[in-house]
Amino acid sequence: MSLRVFIPADSSAVSVGADAVARAIAAEARTRGADVAIVRTGSRGLFWLEPLLEVETSDGRMGYGPVAFEDVPPLFETGFLEGRPHSKGLGRIDAIPYLARQQRLVFARCGVTDPLSLDDYRRHGGLKGLARALEIGPGAVLEEVIASGLRGRGGAGFPTGIKWRTAAAARADQKYVVCNADEGDSGTFADRMLMEGDPFLLIEGMAIAGVAVGAATGYVYTRSEYPHAFDVFSRAIERARAGGLLGTKLLGSNHAFDLEARLGAGAYICGEETSLLDSLEGKRGQVRAKPPLPAISGLFGKPTVINNVLSFASTPWILEHGAKAYAEYGMGRSRGTQPFQLAGNVRFGGLIELSFGATIRELVQDFGGGTRTGRPIRAVQVGGPLGAYFPESLIDTPLDYEAMLAAKGMLGHGGLVVFDDTVDMARQARFAFEFCAKESCGKCTPCRIGAIRGAETVDKVVAGRERQKSVQALRDLCEVMTDGSLCALGGLTPLPVLSALDHFSEDFMKPRTRAAAE
Amino acid sequence: MAARAAFDADLAKRLIDRKRSLPGAALPILRDLQDHFGYIDDAAIALMAEALNISKAEALGVVSFYHDFRRAPVDGKRLKLCRAESCQSMGCEELVAHLETRHGIKADEARPGAALHVETVYCLGNCALSPAALFEGEPMGRLDRSALDGLVERATGRTQ
Repeated sequence: MSLRVFIPADSSAVSVGADAVARAIAAEARTRGADVAIVRTGSRGLFWLEPLLEVETSDGRMGYGPVAFEDVPPLFETGFLEGRPHSKGLGRIDAIPYLARQQRLVFARCGVTDPLSLDDYRRHGGLKGLARALEIGPGAVLEEVIASGLRGRGGAGFPTGIKWRTAAAARADQKYVVCNADEGDSGTFADRMLMEGDPFLLIEGMAIAGVAVGAATGYVYTRSEYPHAFDVFSRAIERARAGGLLGTKLLGSNHAFDLEARLGAGAYICGEETSLLDSLEGKRGQVRAKPPLPAISGLFGKPTVINNVLSFASTPWILEHGAKAYAEYGMGRSRGTQPFQLAGNVRFGGLIELSFGATIRELVQDFGGGTRTGRPIRAVQVGGPLGAYFPESLIDTPLDYEAMLAAKGMLGHGGLVVFDDTVDMARQARFAFEFCAKESCGKCTPCRIGAIRGAETVDKVVAGRERQKSVQALRDLCEVMTDGSLCALGGLTPLPVLSALDHFSEDFMKPRTRAAAE
Repeated sequence: MAARAAFDADLAKRLIDRKRSLPGAALPILRDLQDHFGYIDDAAIALMAEALNISKAEALGVVSFYHDFRRAPVDGKRLKLCRAESCQSMGCEELVAHLETRHGIKADEARPGAALHVETVYCLGNCALSPAALFEGEPMGRLDRSALDGLVERATGRTQ
């Protein structure tokens, strides 16, 4: 039997040379007459180790990383195919503390299996959640999802089961299940990793939702910035159809469910659910006023369950192991696990799936090992471009929905971006407004006009023009945007701005050269 | 990335017809048009409006809303450079400045005959390996000045 070597095809791994390493291994194995089968997997999410090779031995999977293609001949020389030690050797992959300390429910298979092999998926526990959903029926599925305490992982944190129950109760000739895979927040990549590394899990989760609410059609809306995820996911849909995971008879039952993957066109706002629905309908991606809720009148005016990738991907585990087992993870009203994403200026960036309640410090220090530049950490932005910047003094804040709100931040999609002490927080505050101005859909005035006025006002503060008055104007403007915007883009842009102003006010008061202030 | 063809109304029509019956067909159609021609020609907007039974104004409204859709062709290989927070924390703005001072390439500026077109994007989901980019669709992580210089060379064809 051939020896199996695993190399990620995840686009992050490819961005640092995984394809070249895979080619070098294939060539070297040919030259040496070694019987090697290369399996391209997703990523384990230990990105500083990418490209991360694994080889299957009798002692388990042994890791080597980061491997450059010139490391390949020496690796063969030292006997990495038998798992022998090498300067790039990491030992047993599942004993690496960064992985061993995680609680991987959603990401259990990512980096382990061949993402496009349905057999591999099944062998590693896939399809059990859907099988149970089909067995217990829609009403019991809704009960399970509600009892699990699962909340929307896209950022809003709305209880998933309640959303599903609303759509299930709506009467209509047609209902939809829509996956929001428009993961636009900087510092987040969990949706991308999952679509590239374990796409059948998302398909299974959406099929469970289809069974629960009585919908036979689903859409997955992905960003154009994720061409690889779109490609892998589209191929996974075809294989799922061929394997009975999608189609007129789901796993041989009488439930029908099919999916279509759609690509966005570079608009951040389409990650907002109503804007995404308009975009799917072929319109400008403008935000809709709510009510009506999408669960009652969503895509093409029909009842629609719209959830984030990670919300759907959490449901197979819940169905397989039961709501109670899931709810045992987490703290307070945040139950289960969250795949956190550690990014930016950090030594050990990656995907860290943990129960809710871990602190920012545990992630950026214990897992992250401080900054990549080696300088002190000055700020951590939690929750993407609409999330607050946390200073050192608040670094022990636990990562759960309520604790984040209490600290005037938000968890969002679970991304953390680390900045060292060279960051200019006035510039970051200005950028928050610039980004909002660029990406505003233009429907409501506080967001459309407020973002532009906000950037101008930051400039006035920094330039020291009527500073007191300008700071007050900035705070007033933030209040108007928070209270008066139609959606989270205008409504939450004040979070990064005010957190910068509150915790890093010195950056707004620095004397500057004329050029820097312009 | 597919080679881009000169605009051809017959081909545009065929592309539109292929997807016109999809629910919410506008984005899939516009993506196909842009993939083929590298931009959305005004004539194609009119053809799409007719096929989908919407007004030309409505069709134009869709095209103009999305950052991806261009209304004129752009020369050069494409570098989508991330300038969002995670890449900012690792110095992407210095890379933008380097492109301009060292190579005379301004982000988001279309120049006729240019070998490389640099386009600002916000997040490529490669944030643990910032700064990140996509060069002709190929993911790039942990970019630095010398890696950028290499990409400029590849684009200008001075080396492989």
